[in-house]
Amino acid sequence: MKPGPHRLRFFRNNWPSDKGAWFPGEKVQFRQKALFEDFEDSSWMTLFLYGIKGEMPSPENAAMVEAIWSLTTSYPDPRLWNNRVASLAASTRSTGSLGIAAALAVTEAKVYGTRPVYLASRFLRETARREAAGEKLADIILPHLKKHRYLPGFGRPITSRDERIGPLMQRAEKLGAGEGEHLALMHRIMAILDGKRYRIKPNIAIYVAALLADLGYTPRQAYYIIVLAFATGMMPCYIDAGEKPEGCLFPLQCTDIRYEGHHKRRLSCA
Amino acid sequence: MTDQQDSIRTAIWHEEAEPDNPYAAAASYCSGYDVYGDLLGKVSWIQYLYLLFRLELPDPRQAQLLETLSVALANPGIRDPSVQAAMNAGACGSTRASALMAGIAVGAGSLGGGHDLYHALRLWQRLGPELSAWLEAINAPAADEEDSWQPLEHFPGFDPNGASCPTPLRQTLEVLVDIYPGGALQWLTDNRDSLEKELGYPLGWAGLSAAAFHDLGFDAAQGEILYLLLRLPGAAAHAVEQEQYGWRHFPFFRSALKPMDRNSYSQLLTSIEKAP
Repeated sequence: MKPGPHRLRFFRNNWPSDKGAWFPGEKVQFRQKALFEDFEDSSWMTLFLYGIKGEMPSPENAAMVEAIWSLTTSYPDPRLWNNRVASLAASTRSTGSLGIAAALAVTEAKVYGTRPVYLASRFLRETARREAAGEKLADIILPHLKKHRYLPGFGRPITSRDERIGPLMQRAEKLGAGEGEHLALMHRIMAILDGKRYRIKPNIAIYVAALLADLGYTPRQAYYIIVLAFATGMMPCYIDAGEKPEGCLFPLQCTDIRYEGHHKRRLSCA
Repeated sequence: MTDQQDSIRTAIWHEEAEPDNPYAAAASYCSGYDVYGDLLGKVSWIQYLYLLFRLELPDPRQAQLLETLSVALANPGIRDPSVQAAMNAGACGSTRASALMAGIAVGAGSLGGGHDLYHALRLWQRLGPELSAWLEAINAPAADEEDSWQPLEHFPGFDPNGASCPTPLRQTLEVLVDIYPGGALQWLTDNRDSLEKELGYPLGWAGLSAAAFHDLGFDAAQGEILYLLLRLPGAAAHAVEQEQYGWRHFPFFRSALKPMDRNSYSQLLTSIEKAP
C-alpha cells in the first residue's frame, strides 16, 4: 500500500489479526490455539515461544531457552547497570513495575543486554549466508574485524572471561542442543581468531545467538526471546534495596563528582 | 564503610558540599554558572535547557527559536500515538510515571518519534543544504538498521501517512524562519515542495524539528533526547485528564479487532502490500 492517508482509512476501526483476541467473558484465542484448552498443562515458556514464532516448541527447545534465561541473564547484582535501575527505584521507594520496566528498557544497551544478542544473531546468519555463497570464512571475519574493530558477540566490559559459557554449554549438551551448525560456525570463527592471535574472546551473546539460531529462531525472534529475560535478576535487586533505609544505594558525596567543565563564571560576565 | 569510592566524570555539573553534610550541595554549578546563586530568577527554563546541553547560554535568537519550537512540540495532540499511550495509563488508573514512560516509549519510534528525529538530524549533518544530495538520498535504498530498531519504512522526517503538509506545521515553519532566517529551516522552507514531490508524502514534525535543532547546533543524540522531552507535556496533561473520565469513556475499539486464521491473514497482508 503506497504512502498516504488511505492507509489510515483502511485501518479505521479495523484491526485484522491472526495473533489472537479476548472474547469477553468467554474465551481467549492465542494465535491459532485456544488458551484455556491448548495450554492448560503447558509451561509459561512454551506459551511465550509459541507467541513469538507461532509454532509450538518441543519440550527440549523450551527447556533450552529457559536455560538461557536462567543461566545467562539472572544476576541479582545491583552494580550491573540495568539492575541498578531496579535497585534505585526501590531505594527511592518507586514501584516494582516502574523499576523493572525501566530496568528492562535500559537492558537494550550496546555493551551488554539485548542489542548484542540481536547483533550477534544477525552476524552469524549473515556470515553463514555468505559462506554458503562461496566466500571463505577468514575473508568475511578478518576484514570485518579490521573495519569495525569488533565482532558482534565478542569482548566484554569489566572482564574478558565469561563464566556463563561453561554452564550454558553443559546444559545444551544435556538437551542435545550443542551440535548445531551455527554453534559449529562460531567455533570455526574462534579458531580463525586464535590462529591470528587476536585477543578478543567470545561472550555469552554469540553462544545465545548460535543456540537460538540452531533452534530455528531468526535474529528478530532471538531478540524478542531475550527482551524479558533479565527481569529474573532484577527482582531480588529491587527487593534488596527496599529492605534497606530509603535513598541509601551507592550514595555519592559532592566530592565524588569529578568536574572537568568550564571554570566558574558569573552571568553578568557571560 | 568503603575501600575505594568511584567518582563520576562530568563537564556539566559541579557541586560544593554543605559544611555539615557531604551529601548535600551548598552550591551547584552548571557549566561554571552558580545555578541557585546566580542563574535562578535571571534565566528562563529554555535558556537553562540550552545551557545543559550546549554548555553555553543561547543568544537571544537561539533562545527564541528553542522557546518557540518547544511550544509547537509541547502537545502533539490527543490522536498522536505517544499521547494515546500515556492516556491508556491515565484511563485505567496506572501510575503517572507509567504514563510518561509510555509516552516516551511510543514517542521514541521511527515514525514521527525520537528515532525519526535522530535519523533526520543525521541526514542534515551528512547532506547539508544541498538539494541534489537530498534527492539522491531519497532515491537511495534505505539502509537496514544494524540494531534492535526496526528497519526504516519511510524517509526520515517525513510523514508516510500524510497527504499534504498540515497547516500547523507550515505555520510553525513560517514562525521559526522569521526568528532564525538563513539556516536549515530557511532551506527547508525553500525546498519543502521539491522534497515532498520527490517522496510523494509531506514533511513531518520530526523533519521540521531536525532542521531547527541543526540550526541550534545540537547533535543527533542531543536532538533525539530533547525532542522526546519536549513532546511530553501534552502526554502528561492528557493522561491526568483521562484519570477523571476513566476507562468507560476511553475507546476500547470493541468491534475493531477482526480475529482470523493464519492463511486468511497472510492473504490479507499480501493484498495490503499490493494495494495502490
